[in-house]
Amino acid sequence: MVQASAPRIPWRPWGFIRDLMGTAGMRGRWVVIAPPFLWLLIFFLIPLLVIIKISFSQSVVGQPPYLPLLTLNDQGDVQLTLHLSNFMYLGQDSLYLAAFLSSLKIALISTIVALVVGYPIAYFIARSSDRWRNILLMLVILPFWSSFLLRVYAWIGFLKNNGVIDNLLQAFGLPQVTILYTDFAVYLGIVYTYLPFMILPLYTNLVKLDEALLEASADLGARPFRTFLSVTLPLSIPGMVAGSLLVFIPAIGEYVIPQLLGGPSTLMIGRVLWDEFFSNRDWPMAASVAIAMLVVVVVPLMFLQRAQSAVVERR
Amino acid sequence: MKRGPFIPIVATLGFIFLYAPIISLVVFSFNASKLVTVWGGFSTRWYGELFANEQVLGAGLLSLQIAASSATLALILGTLCAVALTRFRRFRGKTLLGAMVSAPLVMPDVITGLSLLLLFVGLQELIGWPAGRGTLTIIIAHATFCMAYVTVVVQSRLSDLDISLEEAAQDLGATPARVFFDITLPIIAPALISGWLLSFTLSLDDLVIASFVAGPDSNTLPMVIFSKMKLGVSPDINALASVIIGIVALGVVIATVLQLRRPAAARS
Repeated sequence: MVQASAPRIPWRPWGFIRDLMGTAGMRGRWVVIAPPFLWLLIFFLIPLLVIIKISFSQSVVGQPPYLPLLTLNDQGDVQLTLHLSNFMYLGQDSLYLAAFLSSLKIALISTIVALVVGYPIAYFIARSSDRWRNILLMLVILPFWSSFLLRVYAWIGFLKNNGVIDNLLQAFGLPQVTILYTDFAVYLGIVYTYLPFMILPLYTNLVKLDEALLEASADLGARPFRTFLSVTLPLSIPGMVAGSLLVFIPAIGEYVIPQLLGGPSTLMIGRVLWDEFFSNRDWPMAASVAIAMLVVVVVPLMFLQRAQSAVVERR
Repeated sequence: MKRGPFIPIVATLGFIFLYAPIISLVVFSFNASKLVTVWGGFSTRWYGELFANEQVLGAGLLSLQIAASSATLALILGTLCAVALTRFRRFRGKTLLGAMVSAPLVMPDVITGLSLLLLFVGLQELIGWPAGRGTLTIIIAHATFCMAYVTVVVQSRLSDLDISLEEAAQDLGATPARVFFDITLPIIAPALISGWLLSFTLSLDDLVIASFVAGPDSNTLPMVIFSKMKLGVSPDINALASVIIGIVALGVVIATVLQLRRPAAARS
């Protein structure tokens, strides 16, 4: 029997969605726009407004542990009570200001260290042969895919008294040092955790660097270090900015690393918020800390990131 | 160009810095002694204890379920969002949508977690949904911050895509939906896969947001690990970490090998 050769129909598992949408008469852009828009409205924007609301309410013992802002009194009037004391307390108690400043300091120093450590690695990968480049990149990305919590855990075993580092130092006859539960351990933890985020944008930037520029500089008599300072470094500024933002942003609100590696005196604002919420059960105070964080840290960072991505797009 | 030894030495030290803690973690997971840092001989005892620990296994299973659900949800929402932002020239609320979807990328976890918890508590009081907190609220929270990452990944693929392909299909009379499912979707499929994997990993990794929005019966794996870690270092966490690192390493190596093979196959 001779079979007519029908044109091969490609397998499209999603075809039925298309048919369904067609029969329902669902054409038009709103089908695409509405789901993400409504989702973000309900689960991102409104929660932020709820935080603002709660930050003006009074903490009580109960479920939920705060008083409503709007109440109906005996005369049938709706009363709006704005409880400002949370914010006043935020200014009065030096703990909060200190936590903010300490977070800024820790995030800033960690970012600089990550930049100094990450730059040579990114440079090395960008200048390797094609074969090695993929393997090295894989080695940089691999820790990122494994659990963040467990990588922090790895440092506990590494740094604790009688840990790996301690034993090594003792084997060389060096004095015992306490690293775990200090600010230094927090710096180490942050740099370690976020180093891939520094290396990857730097690498993407450095790999695009035109070798001809370096040769030109060398031909004109510049030594390698001079070429690096006046050609490579200025051209890699976008990569440095992108990488630094990717380290600084998560570092500033970090909770897990200071909690696990830091000492009781390691102050970070994320930790303060967590403790207000989970230990003190003061939801309104936690909400006020969140609002202060938003205004002081997140909004400037958003503008910075916008400006930075606008610069990248123009290039 | 001539190269000095400085950069290779620093880069090697950098890689040692990245891997030394992980390697020591794996080595000590085979330690017979309960003291995590003193070597007491080779043993797989902690792996046995790990696979007998129902709390850890249950939490692991729950985390995988949450990660798969929230990654799928984030993939759908994030792809729609990326299409709306790159393909639709102008619509009411485009700026707002762009701002809302990029903001979670800079939002500290503690704020995301707190704000969603306060929303869930408020919603429960107002309309009775969600009734209590648990797996569902964690999935919603994870999908929300993961969709931001999916949007970024898909958006960059969409803007690289040759728009004339879509235009050609349109000129041949295909409806926008048909163009999307027959032309755009197959081309951006790799971006969708990486977006899903990224979301899956981020969800599996999250401790802070889950801690805020979880209920009493929904302890995810990071929450269980965290509570064990607060009690100190214990070798069964080392075993668990080694298992996870092993799976991840295998996956990444396979992905890299496949990626390296592809251009070679295309060339031959």
